Amino acid sequence: MIDLAVVDLSRLQFALTALYHFLFVPLTLGLSFMLVIMESIYVMTRRPIWRTITKFWGTIFGINFVLGVATGITMEFQFGMNWSYYSHYVGDIFGAPLAIEGLMAFFLEATFVGLMFFGWDKLKPVTHLFVTFLTALGTNLSALWILIANGWMQNPVGAVFNPDTMRMEVQDFGAVIFNPVAQAKFVHTVSAGYVCAAVVVLGVSAWYLLRGKHKAFAKRSMTVAAAFGLASSLSVVVLGDESGYALTDNQRMKLAALEAMWETEPAPAGLTAFGLPSLADRTTHFEVKIPYVLGLIATRTIDKPVIGILELVAVAEDRIERGVVAYDALERLKANPDDRVARGQFETVRNDLGYGLLLKRYVADPREATPSQIQQAAWDTVPNVPLMFWTFRIMAGIGFLMIALFATAFLLCTLRRHETKWFLWLAVVAIPLPWIAIEFGWLLAEVGRQPWAVEGVLPTFLGASSLTVPQLWITIIGFTLFYGVLAVVEVGLILRAIKKGPFAQHETLDPLLEGSAENPPSAAPAVA
Amino acid sequence: MELPLDFATLRLIWWALMGVLLIGFALTDGFDLGVGALLPFVAKTDAERRMVINTVGATWEGNQVWFILGGGAIFAAWPFVYAVSFSGFYLAMFLVLAALILRPVAFKYRSKRPDARWRSAWDWALFVGGFVPALVFGVAVGNVLSGAPFQLDDTLRSTYHGSLLGLFTPFTLVCGLLSVCMLVLHGAAWLGVKAERGPIQDRARTIGLVAGFLGLALFAIGGLFVAYGDLGFRITGVLDTAGPSNPLRTTVEAAPGAWLDNYGRYPWMMLAPTFGFFGAMIAMIGLQLRNEPMTLAGSSVSALGIISTVGLSMFPFILPSSISPQSSLTVWNASSSHMTLFIMLVVTVVFLPIVLAYTAWVYKVLWGRSTTQALNTNPDLY
Repeated sequence: MIDLAVVDLSRLQFALTALYHFLFVPLTLGLSFMLVIMESIYVMTRRPIWRTITKFWGTIFGINFVLGVATGITMEFQFGMNWSYYSHYVGDIFGAPLAIEGLMAFFLEATFVGLMFFGWDKLKPVTHLFVTFLTALGTNLSALWILIANGWMQNPVGAVFNPDTMRMEVQDFGAVIFNPVAQAKFVHTVSAGYVCAAVVVLGVSAWYLLRGKHKAFAKRSMTVAAAFGLASSLSVVVLGDESGYALTDNQRMKLAALEAMWETEPAPAGLTAFGLPSLADRTTHFEVKIPYVLGLIATRTIDKPVIGILELVAVAEDRIERGVVAYDALERLKANPDDRVARGQFETVRNDLGYGLLLKRYVADPREATPSQIQQAAWDTVPNVPLMFWTFRIMAGIGFLMIALFATAFLLCTLRRHETKWFLWLAVVAIPLPWIAIEFGWLLAEVGRQPWAVEGVLPTFLGASSLTVPQLWITIIGFTLFYGVLAVVEVGLILRAIKKGPFAQHETLDPLLEGSAENPPSAAPAVA
Repeated sequence: MELPLDFATLRLIWWALMGVLLIGFALTDGFDLGVGALLPFVAKTDAERRMVINTVGATWEGNQVWFILGGGAIFAAWPFVYAVSFSGFYLAMFLVLAALILRPVAFKYRSKRPDARWRSAWDWALFVGGFVPALVFGVAVGNVLSGAPFQLDDTLRSTYHGSLLGLFTPFTLVCGLLSVCMLVLHGAAWLGVKAERGPIQDRARTIGLVAGFLGLALFAIGGLFVAYGDLGFRITGVLDTAGPSNPLRTTVEAAPGAWLDNYGRYPWMMLAPTFGFFGAMIAMIGLQLRNEPMTLAGSSVSALGIISTVGLSMFPFILPSSISPQSSLTVWNASSSHMTLFIMLVVTVVFLPIVLAYTAWVYKVLWGRSTTQALNTNPDLY
């Protein structure tokens, strides 16, 4: 039997390392394109202040980028280390986007990021801008391929189980790439990254303005952030990935869970604005509903119902029963690969094999499961409803706040009233908000996927490696300490860079060389 | 859908491509690791250390992608190998990850503060980030050659029956140290081409010579282990090179000395160890003559030869099992599906040349030695 402690610790480690990795990635995604915008203005106007602006935000980008890359190494290898059976079971499909990401995207960003930092005096301004653009393109393509991989876990299209190799194999790679869930996720996720970067640029600029420092620099940065942030915050909310929620049973379950909607809601469904969902009673107390809205969001119509948790559990129960038949056929095929009857039987129910495997949590051989175990397994398909309900509300709430923040910023910048005190304070205070929304978004997507590693195909608890509890504690504690120290160092360095300000480079070249006679600092006053 | 290349050919191509990725990694990121391991010994003052760091400053990030892509490509093309080896070598992998995470951070953060203790701490982080992966990769290769203690059950789930310390045997340590010597020599060769002539070069030359000499000796000792030790596995029974990827359908036995079989069958394969030896010798002669391009060419040929030797000796094995030979992973039973191998080949054929082209362009832009003058006047450098 599977050691469930190992499964839980592996999940904990994955969540910790992924959430940590995802502290840095959004800023990279957004700031890289903001650098492209700032540098484009420099190349078009040739005013030195825009070069200073680009280089300053480039410094912040660099400190952040390096941790995104470093912690990404863990992600690339962790599937094999901690999710070895998962890697075997779906590697034929899931490995491809990861490899393509390396080849098409990561090589691009990593090769050009060096030149972006070191090539200022070696390249013509237009060429350097192109290098910056390729870095930004690389980071965003990276996100695309990772989300194609993740989208497949949420909606595993284009693949079938092969009983000869005991794994999923690709049938239609086009379907994997153009998976609608992946496309929706990509747009939503990179937009969130753009908002994150815009909030940082806005907040830091606001801080300078409050302090009365670097005004020319800060006002220009703020204007770029306001425009970029307004567009991105609209995009992140409007193109939220709810559009994919009607596609599969698990996606439907996710929607029902985040709405804490126990019973099927007749069309057009209302959106629960507030309530206290209770797992024990399987009901939501003190509900406050806004009519029509959920039906519109989830089905894009006013005449389709939105299916509730209880009905979806009944569907799961049916599928588990068919899954047991699939499991039985597979066992006979394993014993004799030439058994035609078993193969034929397997073909008809192969899509429910994963549901049969859910029973392995309770019984070694799913064929021996009792009706109550089947019912238990069916209820396992319901993710943690209160967690889903609240994380969604906090995430979406912050999304709307961001639109308000950037709409205000845009208005003030247009009116040339950059130095509106109350707003500057708001902008500084808002800096942590996008991270909260982004991390909650990850939780929503991945907790909502449970109990599946791959929806309907492989339960999470079967995906883990055959490791021991002490091994996992060593790596969890190791990663936590190590990552903790790196986070402190990184935040310290970013704060230091902000404190030194955008003109630090012009004052001293290298602090160690200060005062050494043969190295007079090159004075390059770069204020427009 | 009928694919234009048959399954067995694609498996062979992907086996070769895995070699290309490993060699690409050793030739590019290899000198970054070597330079990291050399850093505290070839450079004493902060100015010297900055010189050394900036010889790889702008390119290490791109080079490291060979490693990450290697992981991704093994996942995509050899999911069994990815699943079995990374979970089996769990704590060793954790060590490598920790060291490789430390390295980018050290490169970037060292220059951000002037005080000496801060910088010295990151210098040692760079040393660890270079030395530890070099050693562990070699030890891992040694374990692959020895066979790893894993077993597949009838659902093809792998269980591993070894420990972290169990990875270190006399033979695997020889492999680990060989890997360190190979990359240190390569790093010294790189410093020869990129660093300013002077004390750094002189120290790198001395250490490079020692590493080259030790590397030759260790490569020879490794050969003796292969010839006279109990290493080697052989496929018995019928071989279906285009069969489904299910390791349990191959029969395998442990066969000491079998890692030399291929050289009898295909004598041209002797080129690989020959390259390994002569490359290192050429590099050492280059160091003596102070002919830097010759040194770099020599160390590159040597790394290429040593890595190819491992692959060719084991062919068609990729990861044999020491406790359950039946579970061994080979070129013919551990790949992804026919379709995935084909799609990934198309992607590689399109994108690898593009990657090589822009990497070459970036190296060209950054061509030339690091100079003390540039370090003092260019504020962008580390």
